[in-house]
Amino acid sequence: MHGNEVEFLESVSGFVGSWYLFASLMNASAALYLWRSGRVATLMKPGGVAISTVSLWSTVAAVFVILSALAFGGGVGSLRLPQGLRDQLDTVMAPQYYVTGVLVLLGGVYLARRFFVKPLVAWSGLNLVLLYMGLSITDPDFAAIVTKPDNVPIVGLVYMLGFFTWLGAYRAVQNDERTAQGLEPLEKADDEKVLVWPDLVYTELICMVAVTALLLVWGILLQAPLEEAASTVKTPNPSKAPWYFLGLQEMLVYYDPWMAGVVLPSVVIFGLMAIPYIDFNKQGQGYYTIAERKFAYVTFQFGFLVLWVTLIVMGTFMRGPNWNFFGLYETWDAHKVEALNNVDLSEYFWVWALHLPRPSAPEGSSGFVSLGYIVLRESPGFVCVFLYFVALPPAMVLGCKWMEDLGLKKWLVVDMKELFLRAGFMRYMVIANLILLMALLPVKMVLRWTVNLKYFISIPEYFLNL
Amino acid sequence: MASLGDIIRESQIWKSVFRHPLPVDRRNRVVVMLTNFFLHLHPVSIKKQGIALSYTWCMGGVTFFLFLVETITGVLLMFYYRPTLEWAYNDILALRDVASLGILRELHRWGAHAMVITVWLHMYRVFLTGSYKPPREFNWVIGVILLLLTLLLSFTGYLLPWDQLSIWAITVGSNMARATPFLGFEGPGAQLLTVDGIDMITNASDARFGLLGARFVGEETLNRFYVLHCLAIPLGAALLIAIHFWRVRKDGGISGPL
Repeated sequence: MHGNEVEFLESVSGFVGSWYLFASLMNASAALYLWRSGRVATLMKPGGVAISTVSLWSTVAAVFVILSALAFGGGVGSLRLPQGLRDQLDTVMAPQYYVTGVLVLLGGVYLARRFFVKPLVAWSGLNLVLLYMGLSITDPDFAAIVTKPDNVPIVGLVYMLGFFTWLGAYRAVQNDERTAQGLEPLEKADDEKVLVWPDLVYTELICMVAVTALLLVWGILLQAPLEEAASTVKTPNPSKAPWYFLGLQEMLVYYDPWMAGVVLPSVVIFGLMAIPYIDFNKQGQGYYTIAERKFAYVTFQFGFLVLWVTLIVMGTFMRGPNWNFFGLYETWDAHKVEALNNVDLSEYFWVWALHLPRPSAPEGSSGFVSLGYIVLRESPGFVCVFLYFVALPPAMVLGCKWMEDLGLKKWLVVDMKELFLRAGFMRYMVIANLILLMALLPVKMVLRWTVNLKYFISIPEYFLNL
Repeated sequence: MASLGDIIRESQIWKSVFRHPLPVDRRNRVVVMLTNFFLHLHPVSIKKQGIALSYTWCMGGVTFFLFLVETITGVLLMFYYRPTLEWAYNDILALRDVASLGILRELHRWGAHAMVITVWLHMYRVFLTGSYKPPREFNWVIGVILLLLTLLLSFTGYLLPWDQLSIWAITVGSNMARATPFLGFEGPGAQLLTVDGIDMITNASDARFGLLGARFVGEETLNRFYVLHCLAIPLGAALLIAIHFWRVRKDGGISGPL
């Protein structure tokens, strides 16, 4: 162990110790709450000894206290994941596994939501992510990227989204179970009214005090970043946009700037505005539910949690010099070289498949003729884009109809025929195209990772690439 | 003998300021909501489940409170900070090292990050509870514009410290405008806009130039972003916030089944 390492471990020991202490207090309070409120549940009875939730969380609290004592007492170096595991985690954090992994994870959580919303399961999950953070922060590279002052809020965002997604799903599952039993959702069942003074006014006051306190503590603990004075000649590597735009910057890998920076953000804004006008589902107004709004729920989770937040997290923590990918436990090496041999669709079509040179206008032809040749050259791409946005939406409706005719209706994840009939042609096309636009990003990602496809349509002559 | 509190509350000055007695009984708790300017935004009574924290998450309220925090800390920072190439960086440096209330900058920056997060969480909750459905469609639209304004507020503020982090983040962010279809000089279709063979869209006339006030991030940009950050966007946001709140009342009150 060399000097740097010792110094680093000393610098994090206080944080790690407090972190575990916090986790311990959390579990102790949970145990106390369950015990005092009489909500104790017996988990199992091995050999006649009852293990209750209270004893479980008390034990967890005790374990965290021991970890905390170890960290404070100078043993923080032993509280980390083994190097082999960290290397493996770095590998599976590569964009292709990371993005698909998040997609699979959220899909799994959605399908098994009745299991995951159980307080026992959710609390165990929370303990695990707290432990993961504690064990990871003792890695110098992980600590460097996660504790950067501007990145701290994003770590907070991830935890908060986890919590609020759980809370929303918990209440939705509760309501859906009530609906299945023929009861009204909780929000409708409770008609009681209270006076705004004191009930709401005081809640607001307490929230204001709490937020002020939080901001003050945050401001005292973390200094706002300030780098060297601006210099237009010294370009930092990597140059990153503000964190909330890093999803857009990540899209630059797969899209041209006019799509990633202009068209898609505009579509996001106008698409969000359009939601109340294209969502014709009258159910689920004013209360949490998943069963009554499956399509809307899944679409929003996909757009917000996967496309927006997941890419921000990746852009913040895993994109280093030259926008290369780096795992969380990897040192940012500016000399890391990644082979990039991306190929346009037109080259695949003309050169690889037909063994012809790509069509190009003869020397000295007029602008109009050159344009014709460009269109011919890119025709495979134009056909693909046309099929995707214009032909696919009606094809999905017909596909659903055939499935229905064959008696396979129950296998349909989303019944596009019903959606079409209820929404009408125009609204259906808008919905379908917005969703296809959203889905285009993962489609492009997968094609890039698997067959190195660069652009469907590539017209560098007019800065038009898609 | 009357207590000091009673004497104060019976005085002409007190009565001229507060149009209502202390809200200690039911009647006066109603009256206070109706007669106080700051409170009259609220109804007198409200559905209990509608204000449950596990239902609303309080994120809209926290966002508004953070907007107020940003306004107050921002005004105080404006007393200190000068948006010129000569002073901008040095003033921020002095806020960190010399100024006795330099923590205002931390409060402002972390408050801004927090506001972006809480506005997302507010939108997330409104979506999950289906609270954008009729008759609340238009208020959702206003909310989306407010979300955009929040991001733009944060984006314009990002430049003001005038350090390496600022100018390169704004450079990366605004370079995208260069590729705006037709309006950016490297955007698709821009070459088509020519008059007698002279390009109309150049790097001195395109969308990015309009945003930056120059061909690259420089003094004009600093001035432009400062005005947008301290004046134009906050005013727009304040107006829309007022409409947003008003429409909450008019469109059926606090979120919940109608």
